[in-house]
Amino acid sequence: MSAGHHHRLHLPGDSVVHRLPPQCKLLAVLAFAIVVVATPRERFWAFAAYAVLLGAVAAAARVPAGHIARRMVIEVPFVLFAVLIPVIGLGERVSVLGLSLSVEGLWAAWNILAKATLGVVASILLAATTEPRVILLGAQRLRLPDLLVQIAMFMLRYMDVILDEMRRMRVARESRGFEARNARHIPVIARSAGALFIRSYERGERVHLAMLSRGYTGRMPIMADMTASTAQWATALALPAGAFAVLGLSLAGLG
Amino acid sequence: MNSLAPVNSLEVSRLAYAYPDGTQALFGVDLSIARGERVALLGPNGAGKTTLVMHLNGILTAGHGTVTVAGTPVRKDTLKEVRQRVGLVFQDPDDQLFMPTVRDDVAFGPANAGLRGAELDRVVTAALERVGMLDAIDRPPHHLSFGQRRRVAVATVLAMEPEILVLDEPSSNLDPAARRELAEILRSLDVTVLMVTHDLPYALELCERSLILSGGVIAADGPTRKLLSDAELLAEHRLELPYGFTIPAV
Repeated sequence: MSAGHHHRLHLPGDSVVHRLPPQCKLLAVLAFAIVVVATPRERFWAFAAYAVLLGAVAAAARVPAGHIARRMVIEVPFVLFAVLIPVIGLGERVSVLGLSLSVEGLWAAWNILAKATLGVVASILLAATTEPRVILLGAQRLRLPDLLVQIAMFMLRYMDVILDEMRRMRVARESRGFEARNARHIPVIARSAGALFIRSYERGERVHLAMLSRGYTGRMPIMADMTASTAQWATALALPAGAFAVLGLSLAGLG
Repeated sequence: MNSLAPVNSLEVSRLAYAYPDGTQALFGVDLSIARGERVALLGPNGAGKTTLVMHLNGILTAGHGTVTVAGTPVRKDTLKEVRQRVGLVFQDPDDQLFMPTVRDDVAFGPANAGLRGAELDRVVTAALERVGMLDAIDRPPHHLSFGQRRRVAVATVLAMEPEILVLDEPSSNLDPAARRELAEILRSLDVTVLMVTHDLPYALELCERSLILSGGVIAADGPTRKLLSDAELLAEHRLELPYGFTIPAV
């Protein structure tokens, strides 16, 4: 599992979290995210408690903090957006370090940052403890439309093949002295992209024939037995249940 | 088992086909392959080899003539059955291995046929054992070498227990060791084989009998050694032995 391009998110292991069936984990992350999003932004300590819950999951899964931190880079565009809101926001303003910021904007920025970060960390933990193809099996199990699951599955399988083809086309261009430097070169790149699209389309046709040759009828056969026990569901749903309890306490106590 | 019945694995009779754009590719092909035979289908590029192969499991349907697999004619209503009986191994293993792991891929065919659980495991393990790839069962196909991928591709088809194995250019892109390993595997299999190739030494090594497809018809049919030692016949159909290679006539 080392060379695979799309396995950078997955951290092989054998913890309680790793062993849970994927459908349980998927549903747990979804429920957790809903509770987080439903929490009023003024309840600071509730968000702190959510973070502690995720920390406990990370510890149980033996996912190091560094792994999570590196993958959180994906959140950077949202952070930039959030940072801008207090500056351009309207309404009552406060002065922070000489900058005049909008109070409403600060609240909005905090709201986005806190909720997005918790959601991203939960997803990183899911991806770190579950192989991509297993996540898809879980989605199939949760009755996600079969077609969507199949599309994602083929993307997973053929990503490397297509990237490889793209690399070969680049090498072919460059060995004939072409290097994209300015806008005038865009048509060349565009034609390459077109050729790549046609090649992939033709491969799709050949794969479809290969599938038909082996009795494909439009549905992926479900081969793995992935039924989850009540105990496994209980373990997985402990995360959103904990979060829900925190939400309840914060609403009752401070409301 | 109906192995007592004198039914050929494959019967092609007066098969003609023209592509939708009007290009005629096959002009009346006749051939029959008995159960258990290993036959090479030789021909230069553009002779219609691939077109013929696509008729064998109904991907293309005959413009004229018939294709019969183990007594079952290839027709729209028999496609499902025919496709289980004709095991097509494609030239590019990446076309054939579309599932995330080797296990899932080999299981795909039998699972579509309704196998589950222990029985499915048994079939998958047996097929991988026959091609010597059992160690790779839980690996993703793109982490295997080209030769290994081709062997797994053969296993995906073997798991369907086909009547006839049809291989499209099985030796292409293989290094000499992988080529020899595949030859050993093919020789050890107990199924009818039709091998489409222009690798003449490989045909000689594996197949007693050869057919030459040229200009959309079967131009020659006979023992491989006899055909390949006839320099004039080969030249006539754009076939050549590699440099330094001669096959003495028997």
